[in-house]
Amino acid sequence: MELLSIQSTTLMVTALLTGVGLVAAALIIAALISPKSFSLQKGKSYECGVPTRGESMMQFKVGYYLFAILFLMFDVETVFLFPWAVICKTLGTAGLISVGIFLAVLILGLAYAWRKGALEWK
Amino acid sequence: MFDFSIVTSWVHNLLMSFMPGWLTTTIECVLIGVALLLVYALLALFYIFYERKLCAWMQCRLGPMRVGPWGLLQVFADMFKILIKELIRLENIDRFLFALAPYLVIIASMLTFACLPWGNGLQIIDFNIGVFFMVAASSIGVLGILLAGWSSNNKYTLIGAMRSGAQMVSYELSVGLSILTIVVLAGTMSISGLVEAQRDGWFLFKGHIPAFIAFVIYLIAANAETNRGPFDMPEAEHELTAGYHTEYSGIHFGFYYLAEYLNLFIVSGIASLLFLGGWMPLHVPGWEGFNAVMDYIPSVVWFLAKAFFISFVLIWFRWSFPRVRIDQMLKLEWKYLMPIGLFNLILMTLVVMYDLHF
Repeated sequence: MELLSIQSTTLMVTALLTGVGLVAAALIIAALISPKSFSLQKGKSYECGVPTRGESMMQFKVGYYLFAILFLMFDVETVFLFPWAVICKTLGTAGLISVGIFLAVLILGLAYAWRKGALEWK
Repeated sequence: MFDFSIVTSWVHNLLMSFMPGWLTTTIECVLIGVALLLVYALLALFYIFYERKLCAWMQCRLGPMRVGPWGLLQVFADMFKILIKELIRLENIDRFLFALAPYLVIIASMLTFACLPWGNGLQIIDFNIGVFFMVAASSIGVLGILLAGWSSNNKYTLIGAMRSGAQMVSYELSVGLSILTIVVLAGTMSISGLVEAQRDGWFLFKGHIPAFIAFVIYLIAANAETNRGPFDMPEAEHELTAGYHTEYSGIHFGFYYLAEYLNLFIVSGIASLLFLGGWMPLHVPGWEGFNAVMDYIPSVVWFLAKAFFISFVLIWFRWSFPRVRIDQMLKLEWKYLMPIGLFNLILMTLVVMYDLHF
Protein backbone atom coordinates (compact mmCIF):
# COMPACT_ATOMS: atom_id res chain seq x y z
CA MET A 1 0.00 0.00 0.00
CA GLU A 2 1.70 3.16 -1.13
CA LEU A 3 0.31 6.64 -1.04
CA LEU A 4 -0.59 7.92 -4.53
CA SER A 5 1.39 5.03 -6.06
CA ILE A 6 4.65 6.93 -5.48
CA GLN A 7 7.55 4.78 -4.35
CA SER A 8 8.42 4.99 -0.67
CA THR A 9 12.01 5.93 -1.49
CA THR A 10 10.79 9.04 -3.34
CA LEU A 11 8.58 9.89 -0.39
CA MET A 12 11.51 9.44 1.97
CA VAL A 13 13.52 11.92 -0.08
CA THR A 14 10.49 14.26 -0.01
CA ALA A 15 10.35 14.10 3.79
CA LEU A 16 14.11 14.67 3.98
CA LEU A 17 13.94 17.71 1.70
CA THR A 18 10.98 19.04 3.72
CA GLY A 19 13.11 18.89 6.84
CA VAL A 20 16.00 20.67 5.14
CA GLY A 21 13.56 23.18 3.64
CA LEU A 22 11.99 23.93 7.01
CA VAL A 23 15.33 24.74 8.63
CA ALA A 24 16.64 26.69 5.63
CA ALA A 25 13.42 28.72 5.18
CA ALA A 26 13.16 29.57 8.88
CA LEU A 27 16.83 30.62 8.95
CA ILE A 28 16.38 32.84 5.88
CA ILE A 29 13.24 34.49 7.33
CA ALA A 30 15.00 34.99 10.66
CA ALA A 31 18.06 36.47 8.95
CA LEU A 32 15.84 38.93 7.07
CA ILE A 33 13.69 40.19 9.95
CA SER A 34 15.86 39.77 13.01
CA PRO A 35 17.86 42.72 14.34
CA LYS A 36 21.64 42.78 14.12
CA SER A 37 23.85 44.50 16.61
CA PHE A 38 27.51 44.33 17.44
CA SER A 39 29.15 44.09 20.78
CA LEU A 40 32.56 42.79 21.73
CA GLN A 41 31.24 40.55 24.49
CA LYS A 42 28.43 39.01 22.47
CA GLY A 43 30.46 36.45 20.58
CA LYS A 44 32.11 35.00 23.68
CA SER A 45 31.14 31.58 25.06
CA TYR A 46 28.28 31.75 27.53
CA GLU A 47 29.69 30.34 30.72
CA CYS A 48 27.78 32.49 33.20
CA GLY A 49 29.80 35.64 32.62
CA VAL A 50 33.13 34.32 33.82
CA PRO A 51 35.81 34.40 31.09
CA THR A 52 36.42 30.93 29.69
CA ARG A 53 39.53 29.20 30.94
CA GLY A 54 41.30 26.60 28.86
CA GLU A 55 40.17 24.66 25.84
CA SER A 56 36.61 23.30 25.61
CA MET A 57 37.13 20.89 22.73
CA MET A 58 39.29 18.60 24.77
CA GLN A 59 39.84 14.99 25.79
CA PHE A 60 36.88 13.84 27.78
CA LYS A 61 35.86 11.35 30.45
CA VAL A 62 36.35 7.82 29.15
CA GLY A 63 33.22 6.45 30.87
CA TYR A 64 31.00 7.74 28.08
CA TYR A 65 32.99 5.85 25.43
CA LEU A 66 32.72 2.64 27.44
CA PHE A 67 28.95 2.87 27.29
CA ALA A 68 29.13 3.74 23.59
CA ILE A 69 31.11 0.54 22.93
CA LEU A 70 28.65 -1.55 24.94
CA PHE A 71 25.82 0.11 23.03
CA LEU A 72 27.46 -0.80 19.73
CA MET A 73 27.59 -4.46 20.72
CA PHE A 74 23.92 -4.64 21.64
CA ASP A 75 22.73 -2.44 18.81
CA VAL A 76 24.31 -4.72 16.24
CA GLU A 77 22.64 -7.59 18.06
CA THR A 78 19.24 -5.90 17.56
CA VAL A 79 19.98 -5.51 13.84
CA PHE A 80 20.67 -9.25 13.60
CA LEU A 81 17.56 -10.15 15.57
CA PHE A 82 15.10 -8.15 13.45
CA PRO A 83 15.14 -10.50 10.41
CA TRP A 84 14.74 -13.48 12.71
CA ALA A 85 11.84 -11.82 14.54
CA VAL A 86 9.81 -11.51 11.34
CA ILE A 87 9.92 -15.25 10.54
CA CYS A 88 10.44 -16.69 14.01
CA LYS A 89 7.20 -18.68 13.76
CA THR A 90 8.24 -20.41 10.52
CA LEU A 91 11.73 -21.18 11.82
CA GLY A 92 10.25 -22.86 14.86
CA THR A 93 12.27 -24.49 17.62
CA ALA A 94 15.49 -24.78 15.57
CA GLY A 95 15.50 -21.01 15.03
CA LEU A 96 14.76 -20.38 18.69
CA ILE A 97 17.70 -22.56 19.76
CA SER A 98 20.11 -20.82 17.36
CA VAL A 99 18.98 -17.39 18.50
CA GLY A 100 19.12 -18.60 22.10
CA ILE A 101 22.81 -19.48 21.67
CA PHE A 102 23.43 -16.08 20.03
CA LEU A 103 21.66 -14.31 22.90
CA ALA A 104 23.49 -16.41 25.49
CA VAL A 105 26.86 -15.30 24.11
CA LEU A 106 25.75 -11.67 24.29
CA ILE A 107 24.34 -12.03 27.79
CA LEU A 108 27.67 -13.55 28.81
CA GLY A 109 29.30 -10.41 27.42
CA LEU A 110 26.94 -8.25 29.46
CA ALA A 111 27.60 -10.36 32.56
CA TYR A 112 31.35 -9.97 32.01
CA ALA A 113 31.03 -6.19 31.68
CA TRP A 114 28.83 -6.11 34.78
CA ARG A 115 31.30 -8.23 36.76
CA LYS A 116 34.25 -6.11 35.66
CA GLY A 117 32.43 -3.03 36.93
CA ALA A 118 32.04 -1.44 33.49
CA LEU A 119 28.41 -0.61 34.28
CA GLU A 120 29.32 1.45 37.35
CA TRP A 121 29.59 5.18 36.90
CA LYS A 122 32.82 6.39 38.46
CA MET B 1 -14.29 3.09 8.24
CA PHE B 2 -13.57 5.93 5.81
CA ASP B 3 -10.67 5.11 3.52
CA PHE B 4 -8.53 8.14 2.70
CA SER B 5 -6.99 6.42 -0.30
CA ILE B 6 -10.25 7.27 -2.16
CA VAL B 7 -9.39 10.97 -1.81
CA THR B 8 -5.72 10.54 -2.68
CA SER B 9 -6.43 8.37 -5.72
CA TRP B 10 -9.04 10.91 -6.88
CA VAL B 11 -6.41 13.68 -6.68
CA HIS B 12 -3.95 11.40 -8.45
CA ASN B 13 -6.35 10.58 -11.29
CA LEU B 14 -7.39 14.22 -11.63
CA LEU B 15 -3.77 15.31 -12.02
CA MET B 16 -2.95 12.40 -14.31
CA SER B 17 -5.80 13.31 -16.68
CA PHE B 18 -4.12 16.46 -17.99
CA MET B 19 -0.45 16.07 -17.02
CA PRO B 20 2.46 13.77 -17.84
CA GLY B 21 3.39 11.23 -15.18
CA TRP B 22 6.61 12.83 -13.94
CA LEU B 23 4.95 16.22 -13.43
CA THR B 24 2.13 14.59 -11.47
CA THR B 25 4.63 12.88 -9.21
CA THR B 26 6.51 16.13 -8.67
CA ILE B 27 3.35 18.08 -7.83
CA GLU B 28 2.18 15.35 -5.49
CA CYS B 29 5.54 15.29 -3.74
CA VAL B 30 5.37 19.06 -3.29
CA LEU B 31 1.84 18.78 -1.91
CA ILE B 32 2.94 16.05 0.50
CA GLY B 33 5.90 18.18 1.58
CA VAL B 34 3.70 21.22 2.26
CA ALA B 35 1.18 19.11 4.17
CA LEU B 36 3.96 17.54 6.20
CA LEU B 37 5.41 20.95 7.02
CA LEU B 38 2.06 22.38 8.10
CA VAL B 39 1.12 19.41 10.26
CA TYR B 40 4.63 19.35 11.76
CA ALA B 41 4.56 23.01 12.74
CA LEU B 42 0.96 23.03 13.97
CA LEU B 43 1.43 19.87 16.01
CA ALA B 44 4.58 21.28 17.61
CA LEU B 45 2.67 24.44 18.56
CA PHE B 46 -0.20 22.36 19.91
CA TYR B 47 2.20 20.27 21.97
CA ILE B 48 3.88 23.30 23.49
CA PHE B 49 0.45 24.60 24.51
CA TYR B 50 -0.61 21.15 25.74
CA GLU B 51 2.45 20.74 27.94
CA ARG B 52 2.26 24.26 29.35
CA LYS B 53 -1.42 23.89 30.23
CA LEU B 54 -1.02 20.42 31.74
CA CYS B 55 2.03 21.50 33.71
CA ALA B 56 0.13 24.49 35.02
CA TRP B 57 -2.90 22.47 36.04
CA MET B 58 -0.73 19.91 37.79
CA GLN B 59 0.80 22.76 39.80
CA CYS B 60 -2.58 24.39 40.57
CA ARG B 61 -1.95 27.28 38.16
CA LEU B 62 -3.88 28.42 35.11
CA GLY B 63 -1.02 28.59 32.61
CA PRO B 64 -1.08 31.04 29.68
CA MET B 65 -4.40 32.96 29.82
CA ARG B 66 -3.80 36.48 28.45
CA VAL B 67 -3.20 36.06 24.71
CA GLY B 68 -6.34 34.84 23.00
CA PRO B 69 -9.09 32.72 24.53
CA TRP B 70 -7.55 30.43 27.18
CA GLY B 71 -4.12 31.59 26.03
CA LEU B 72 -4.50 29.75 22.73
CA LEU B 73 -2.60 32.39 20.75
CA GLN B 74 0.31 32.48 23.19
CA VAL B 75 2.23 29.80 21.31
CA PHE B 76 1.85 31.66 18.00
CA ALA B 77 3.11 34.83 19.64
CA ASP B 78 6.05 32.88 21.07
CA MET B 79 6.85 31.46 17.65
CA PHE B 80 6.97 34.91 16.06
CA LYS B 81 8.99 36.25 18.95
CA ILE B 82 11.56 33.51 18.52
CA LEU B 83 11.70 34.25 14.79
CA ILE B 84 12.59 37.92 15.29
CA LYS B 85 15.34 37.30 17.84
CA GLU B 86 18.88 38.00 16.80
CA LEU B 87 21.05 35.11 15.60
CA ILE B 88 24.28 35.76 17.46
CA ARG B 89 27.52 35.14 15.58
CA LEU B 90 29.82 33.40 18.01
CA GLU B 91 33.57 33.32 18.08
CA ASN B 92 35.63 30.15 18.55
CA ILE B 93 32.96 27.78 17.32
CA ASP B 94 33.14 25.17 14.59
CA ARG B 95 30.86 27.05 12.19
CA PHE B 96 30.09 24.21 9.82
CA LEU B 97 29.12 21.67 12.49
CA PHE B 98 27.26 24.36 14.46
CA ALA B 99 25.09 25.09 11.43
CA LEU B 100 24.70 21.41 10.51
CA ALA B 101 23.44 20.19 13.90
CA PRO B 102 19.87 21.66 13.75
CA TYR B 103 19.41 20.19 10.27
CA LEU B 104 20.21 16.70 11.58
CA VAL B 105 17.86 17.05 14.53
CA ILE B 106 14.97 18.27 12.36
CA ILE B 107 15.62 15.70 9.60
CA ALA B 108 15.59 12.85 12.12
CA SER B 109 12.24 13.88 13.54
CA MET B 110 10.77 14.68 10.11
CA LEU B 111 11.69 11.25 8.68
CA THR B 112 10.22 9.44 11.68
CA PHE B 113 7.18 11.71 11.62
CA ALA B 114 6.47 10.83 7.97
CA CYS B 115 6.33 7.12 8.83
CA LEU B 116 3.44 7.37 11.30
CA PRO B 117 0.11 5.83 10.28
CA TRP B 118 -2.28 8.77 10.49
CA GLY B 119 -5.40 6.98 9.39
CA ASN B 120 -6.91 4.49 7.03
CA GLY B 121 -4.94 5.02 3.81
CA LEU B 122 -3.26 8.12 5.20
CA GLN B 123 0.36 7.20 5.62
CA ILE B 124 3.29 8.72 3.77
CA ILE B 125 6.36 6.46 3.97
CA ASP B 126 5.48 2.77 4.10
CA PHE B 127 8.56 0.57 3.69
CA ASN B 128 8.31 -3.16 4.26
CA ILE B 129 10.92 -2.65 7.01
CA GLY B 130 8.90 0.29 8.45
CA VAL B 131 9.61 0.14 12.20
CA PHE B 132 13.26 -0.69 11.57
CA PHE B 133 13.54 2.40 9.37
CA MET B 134 11.91 4.42 12.17
CA VAL B 135 14.51 3.26 14.70
CA ALA B 136 17.30 4.02 12.23
CA ALA B 137 15.96 7.47 11.33
CA SER B 138 15.33 8.54 14.90
CA SER B 139 18.90 7.69 15.90
CA ILE B 140 20.23 10.44 13.59
CA GLY B 141 18.99 12.84 16.26
CA VAL B 142 21.75 11.77 18.67
CA LEU B 143 24.30 12.84 16.10
CA GLY B 144 22.75 16.30 15.87
CA ILE B 145 22.81 16.72 19.64
CA LEU B 146 26.43 15.53 19.96
CA LEU B 147 27.53 17.85 17.16
CA ALA B 148 25.68 20.77 18.72
CA GLY B 149 27.43 20.24 22.02
CA TRP B 150 30.86 19.71 20.54
CA SER B 151 30.83 22.53 18.00
CA SER B 152 29.68 25.19 20.48
CA ASN B 153 33.07 25.12 22.21
CA ASN B 154 31.58 25.57 25.64
CA LYS B 155 31.96 23.34 28.67
CA TYR B 156 28.28 23.24 29.54
CA THR B 157 27.27 22.20 26.05
CA LEU B 158 29.98 19.55 25.93
CA ILE B 159 28.88 17.98 29.22
CA GLY B 160 25.23 18.22 28.19
CA ALA B 161 25.88 16.60 24.82
CA MET B 162 27.95 13.80 26.32
CA ARG B 163 25.29 13.04 28.91
CA SER B 164 22.61 13.19 26.27
CA GLY B 165 24.58 10.92 23.95
CA ALA B 166 25.17 8.32 26.67
CA GLN B 167 21.52 8.46 27.67
CA MET B 168 20.04 8.30 24.19
CA VAL B 169 22.22 5.45 22.92
CA SER B 170 21.61 3.46 26.12
CA TYR B 171 17.86 3.78 26.03
CA GLU B 172 17.73 3.16 22.30
CA LEU B 173 18.53 -0.47 23.13
CA SER B 174 15.44 -0.81 25.28
CA VAL B 175 13.31 0.89 22.64
CA GLY B 176 14.74 -1.50 20.04
CA LEU B 177 14.11 -4.54 22.22
CA SER B 178 10.50 -3.66 22.96
CA ILE B 179 9.87 -2.97 19.25
CA LEU B 180 11.51 -6.34 18.52
CA THR B 181 9.15 -8.03 20.98
CA ILE B 182 6.17 -6.68 19.07
CA VAL B 183 7.70 -7.64 15.72
CA VAL B 184 7.98 -11.21 17.00
CA LEU B 185 4.27 -11.13 17.85
CA ALA B 186 3.18 -9.50 14.60
CA GLY B 187 5.53 -11.29 12.21
CA THR B 188 5.93 -8.15 10.10
CA MET B 189 7.93 -4.94 10.17
CA SER B 190 5.83 -2.89 7.77
CA ILE B 191 3.79 -0.21 9.54
CA SER B 192 0.60 -0.78 7.57
CA GLY B 193 1.05 -4.51 8.24
CA LEU B 194 1.41 -3.87 11.97
CA VAL B 195 -1.77 -1.82 12.04
CA GLU B 196 -3.62 -4.39 9.92
CA ALA B 197 -2.54 -7.20 12.27
CA GLN B 198 -4.32 -5.41 15.13
CA ARG B 199 -7.74 -5.44 13.44
CA ASP B 200 -9.07 -8.10 15.81
CA GLY B 201 -7.41 -6.80 18.97
CA TRP B 202 -4.65 -4.43 19.95
CA PHE B 203 -1.23 -5.96 20.64
CA LEU B 204 -1.38 -4.84 24.25
CA PHE B 205 -4.35 -7.22 24.72
CA LYS B 206 -3.25 -9.84 22.21
CA GLY B 207 0.22 -10.31 23.67
CA HIS B 208 -0.96 -9.96 27.31
CA ILE B 209 1.96 -10.27 29.82
CA PRO B 210 5.04 -9.87 27.53
CA ALA B 211 3.35 -7.09 25.53
CA PHE B 212 2.49 -5.25 28.72
CA ILE B 213 6.08 -5.52 30.00
CA ALA B 214 7.30 -4.27 26.62
CA PHE B 215 4.82 -1.36 26.81
CA VAL B 216 6.07 -0.24 30.22
CA ILE B 217 9.72 -0.57 29.13
CA TYR B 218 8.93 1.35 25.95
CA LEU B 219 7.30 4.20 27.88
CA ILE B 220 10.26 4.58 30.24
CA ALA B 221 12.84 4.29 27.46
CA ALA B 222 10.94 6.64 25.16
CA ASN B 223 10.79 9.22 27.91
CA ALA B 224 14.57 9.03 28.24
CA GLU B 225 15.01 8.99 24.46
CA THR B 226 13.29 12.38 24.16
CA ASN B 227 15.50 13.86 26.93
CA ARG B 228 12.45 14.67 28.99
CA GLY B 229 10.87 13.98 32.25
CA PRO B 230 12.95 12.58 35.08
CA PHE B 231 15.71 11.93 32.51
CA ASP B 232 16.44 15.52 31.57
CA MET B 233 19.93 15.90 33.00
CA PRO B 234 21.36 16.77 29.55
CA GLU B 235 19.63 20.11 30.05
CA ALA B 236 19.53 20.22 33.82
CA GLU B 237 19.10 23.98 34.06
CA HIS B 238 20.58 24.51 37.49
CA GLU B 239 23.88 22.82 36.67
CA LEU B 240 24.34 23.14 32.90
CA THR B 241 22.43 26.37 31.99
CA ALA B 242 20.60 24.76 29.06
CA GLY B 243 22.73 21.75 28.18
CA TYR B 244 23.70 21.13 24.58
CA HIS B 245 21.79 24.11 23.15
CA THR B 246 23.20 26.77 25.48
CA GLU B 247 24.94 28.62 22.66
CA TYR B 248 22.07 28.54 20.19
CA SER B 249 20.03 31.71 19.95
CA GLY B 250 16.80 32.77 18.28
CA ILE B 251 15.32 30.39 15.75
CA HIS B 252 18.38 28.15 16.00
CA PHE B 253 17.24 27.32 19.52
CA GLY B 254 13.70 27.13 18.21
CA PHE B 255 14.59 24.10 16.11
CA TYR B 256 15.64 22.14 19.16
CA TYR B 257 12.51 23.23 20.96
CA LEU B 258 10.38 22.17 17.98
CA ALA B 259 12.14 18.83 17.62
CA GLU B 260 11.84 18.09 21.32
CA TYR B 261 8.07 18.51 21.32
CA LEU B 262 7.68 16.70 18.02
CA ASN B 263 9.72 13.81 19.39
CA LEU B 264 7.25 13.60 22.24
CA PHE B 265 4.48 13.20 19.68
CA ILE B 266 6.52 10.72 17.64
CA VAL B 267 7.28 8.39 20.54
CA SER B 268 3.62 8.54 21.58
CA GLY B 269 2.63 7.79 17.99
CA ILE B 270 4.98 4.80 17.84
CA ALA B 271 3.65 3.55 21.18
CA SER B 272 0.10 3.78 19.92
CA LEU B 273 1.13 2.10 16.65
CA LEU B 274 2.86 -0.80 18.38
CA PHE B 275 0.66 -1.41 21.38
CA LEU B 276 -2.66 0.38 20.94
CA GLY B 277 -3.42 -0.47 17.35
CA GLY B 278 -2.39 2.67 15.44
CA TRP B 279 -5.57 4.06 13.87
CA MET B 280 -7.55 0.87 14.51
CA PRO B 281 -10.73 1.43 16.52
CA LEU B 282 -11.33 -0.50 19.71
CA HIS B 283 -13.00 -3.76 18.77
CA VAL B 284 -14.30 -6.31 21.22
CA PRO B 285 -14.82 -9.74 19.58
CA GLY B 286 -18.48 -10.67 19.70
CA TRP B 287 -19.84 -7.20 20.44
CA GLU B 288 -21.07 -6.40 16.93
CA GLY B 289 -23.09 -3.31 17.85
CA PHE B 290 -20.26 -1.80 19.89
CA ASN B 291 -17.76 -2.43 17.06
CA ALA B 292 -20.08 -0.77 14.53
CA VAL B 293 -20.35 2.35 16.72
CA MET B 294 -16.56 2.46 17.18
CA ASP B 295 -16.12 2.23 13.40
CA TYR B 296 -18.03 5.51 13.00
CA ILE B 297 -15.27 7.47 14.73
CA PRO B 298 -12.77 8.54 12.02
CA SER B 299 -9.40 6.79 12.03
CA VAL B 300 -7.47 10.08 12.36
CA VAL B 301 -9.33 10.84 15.57
CA TRP B 302 -8.45 7.41 16.94
CA PHE B 303 -4.76 7.81 16.15
CA LEU B 304 -4.51 11.34 17.54
CA ALA B 305 -6.51 10.46 20.65
CA LYS B 306 -4.20 7.54 21.46
CA ALA B 307 -1.09 9.60 20.80
CA PHE B 308 -2.34 12.50 22.95
CA PHE B 309 -3.26 10.12 25.73
CA ILE B 310 0.23 8.58 25.80
CA SER B 311 1.76 12.06 25.66
CA PHE B 312 -0.40 12.97 28.62
CA VAL B 313 1.08 10.04 30.54
CA LEU B 314 4.61 11.10 29.58
CA ILE B 315 3.97 14.71 30.60
CA TRP B 316 2.52 13.42 33.86
CA PHE B 317 5.79 11.49 34.41
CA ARG B 318 7.76 14.64 33.81
CA TRP B 319 5.94 16.70 36.39
CA SER B 320 5.75 13.93 38.98
CA PHE B 321 9.25 12.54 39.36
CA PRO B 322 12.42 14.30 40.48
CA ARG B 323 15.39 14.27 38.12
CA VAL B 324 17.60 11.18 38.32
CA ARG B 325 21.41 11.29 38.54
CA ILE B 326 23.50 10.02 35.64
CA ASP B 327 24.70 6.92 37.49
CA GLN B 328 21.12 6.07 38.47
CA MET B 329 20.03 6.59 34.87
CA LEU B 330 22.71 4.24 33.49
CA LYS B 331 22.04 1.70 36.22
CA LEU B 332 18.33 1.68 35.45
CA GLU B 333 18.98 0.98 31.80
CA TRP B 334 21.86 -1.50 31.88
CA LYS B 335 21.03 -3.42 35.05
CA TYR B 336 17.24 -3.45 34.94
CA LEU B 337 15.56 -2.52 31.65
CA MET B 338 18.01 -4.28 29.31
CA PRO B 339 18.05 -7.69 31.05
CA ILE B 340 14.27 -7.52 31.55
CA GLY B 341 13.87 -6.61 27.89
CA LEU B 342 16.00 -9.57 26.74
CA PHE B 343 14.11 -11.93 29.02
CA ASN B 344 10.82 -10.49 27.81
CA LEU B 345 11.85 -11.11 24.19
CA ILE B 346 12.42 -14.80 24.93
CA LEU B 347 9.12 -14.95 26.82
CA MET B 348 7.30 -13.42 23.86
CA THR B 349 8.96 -15.90 21.48
CA LEU B 350 7.73 -18.80 23.62
CA VAL B 351 4.24 -17.28 23.75
CA VAL B 352 4.19 -16.99 19.95
CA MET B 353 5.67 -20.48 19.42
CA TYR B 354 3.10 -22.23 21.57
CA ASP B 355 0.21 -20.00 20.46
CA LEU B 356 -0.47 -18.70 23.94
CA HIS B 357 -1.55 -15.27 22.67
CA PHE B 358 -5.12 -14.33 21.82
